[in-house]
Amino acid sequence: MASILSVRDLRKSYGEHEVVSGVSLTVERGQCFGLLGPNGAGKTTTLRLCLGLTEPDSGEIELAGEPVPARAREARTRVGVVPQMDNLDPDFTVSENLLVYGRYFGLPDRDIRTRIPQLLDFAELTARRDARIQTLSGGMKRRLTLARALINDPDILFMDEPTTGLDPQARHLIWERLKRLLSQGKTILLTTHFMDEAERLCDRIAIMDRGRLIAEGSPRKLIEQHIEPEVVEVYGEGVAQWATGAAREAALRCEQSGETVFCYAADARPLLARLEAERDLRYLHRPANLEDVFLKLTGRELRD
Amino acid sequence: MISLRFIPVLRRNFLVWRKLAVPSVLGNLADPMIYMLGLGYGLGGLLPQVDGVSYIAFLAAGTVCFSTMNSATFEALYSAFSRMHVQRTWDAIMNAPLTLDDVVLAELVWAASKSFLSGLAILLVVWSLGLSNSWLSLWVLAVVPLIGLCFGALGLAITALAPSYDFFMYYFTLVITPMAMLCGVFFPAERLPEAMQLAASVLPLSHAIQLVRPLLLGAAPQHIVLHAAVLAAYATGGFYLALVLLRRRLTS
Repeated sequence: MASILSVRDLRKSYGEHEVVSGVSLTVERGQCFGLLGPNGAGKTTTLRLCLGLTEPDSGEIELAGEPVPARAREARTRVGVVPQMDNLDPDFTVSENLLVYGRYFGLPDRDIRTRIPQLLDFAELTARRDARIQTLSGGMKRRLTLARALINDPDILFMDEPTTGLDPQARHLIWERLKRLLSQGKTILLTTHFMDEAERLCDRIAIMDRGRLIAEGSPRKLIEQHIEPEVVEVYGEGVAQWATGAAREAALRCEQSGETVFCYAADARPLLARLEAERDLRYLHRPANLEDVFLKLTGRELRD
Repeated sequence: MISLRFIPVLRRNFLVWRKLAVPSVLGNLADPMIYMLGLGYGLGGLLPQVDGVSYIAFLAAGTVCFSTMNSATFEALYSAFSRMHVQRTWDAIMNAPLTLDDVVLAELVWAASKSFLSGLAILLVVWSLGLSNSWLSLWVLAVVPLIGLCFGALGLAITALAPSYDFFMYYFTLVITPMAMLCGVFFPAERLPEAMQLAASVLPLSHAIQLVRPLLLGAAPQHIVLHAAVLAAYATGGFYLALVLLRRRLTS
């Protein structure tokens, strides 16, 4: 498979602070690539650099066959962008937003007008085509932003936190649409800090922290590689004491975060047997997931 | 890097304007008209001739220039700032195959176009009241876009520095209003102390008025090339400054 985006040793500093410190990554055509990381990890800056919206200090970028930033304009004709913050045009209706945006790509009005009904249908906004933007819900605005990003029939979609701030119903609808796009052969590069979103959608994931990629692979590979297969979350009266004593003997690793102790084990049965005897403790036994990997690699302390 | 891609951005602004055209034209016209007619006939009634013509005929040129300046400035400050910072319209546009330079050029041309409408509206009133009846006054239609480009460009440079809308009050209070007083909008600048006249001579509005006033009164202006060159220099210098500052603000 040919790559649609390749980045080599990308660097960008603001003053003393290096926001992107030597990032290299490759996105294959047809893939959904997820860039995960805590707030301030450098995800958005990386996306902006790849789109040619910010000048890198050093590094090479090739997007849709064009060198960026040198030919970023040409590259962006093949790209659709869903930004983190909605920036739909509040002065226009739903379909006017699509028409005006299509013109930015140099598309003739006739072509845009034939495309609008399909896009409205895709975004389930046909009934709202003449509505003003202020009257739309958050989910509708996101869907319209997605439809707008598709106006030029792009090869690759850049999505910066596509479902942040949406309710579960709206998120599921977006996911379903993104899967549909992937099945049509589109490539998606998204950033997120929702692990379920990444696990569900992405073929490949890179975890970013403090400007670097610290792990990369398929969601399953990352879990296998970085974390014990079983997790028991324990909470309740006296859990801290229990964690330093009994838990140590039965678990490979324990971490305390707030009121909860996370115990990781290859086989959780001995741990569960011990927990049966503890009347004050409650627990949840589950397979390890991407969030465990993420927290192990990026730490549990708060990032602001 | 400039391309013709700025035209769709211009069309976008035009489409928004078309939806609000009636209040917009009324706003552009009513305010300067009230000043021109109120001061022109009210204050003018108390005055003998000013520079050899009635006060309102004198004031007409000032009003055309002042109104064009205000309209271009307002568009380049408040409206451009909304699109850049509040609505993030520029961000959306730059995700398409347009660059910041395209967007800033579109904003400049748009500010000049809108201010041309303001200047034209005042001119129509001036003509219909018979305050100017020389064919030479048609040349004002060529000067007005230059005034618009000049103040649009300066306004965009200010917008590039603005943290919020409040910042624009400084520009109006410290630059635009004093300029109107110094440059001969309401009274002949020659009445001012010499130091002030000297200050006024470097301000763009003076040069705009020294072109427009003779043309409206039916005389060929003196030093046409100089005045036009100063306005063009402010326009180019302001645009360049705006580009540098906006690149630093938005794409560094």
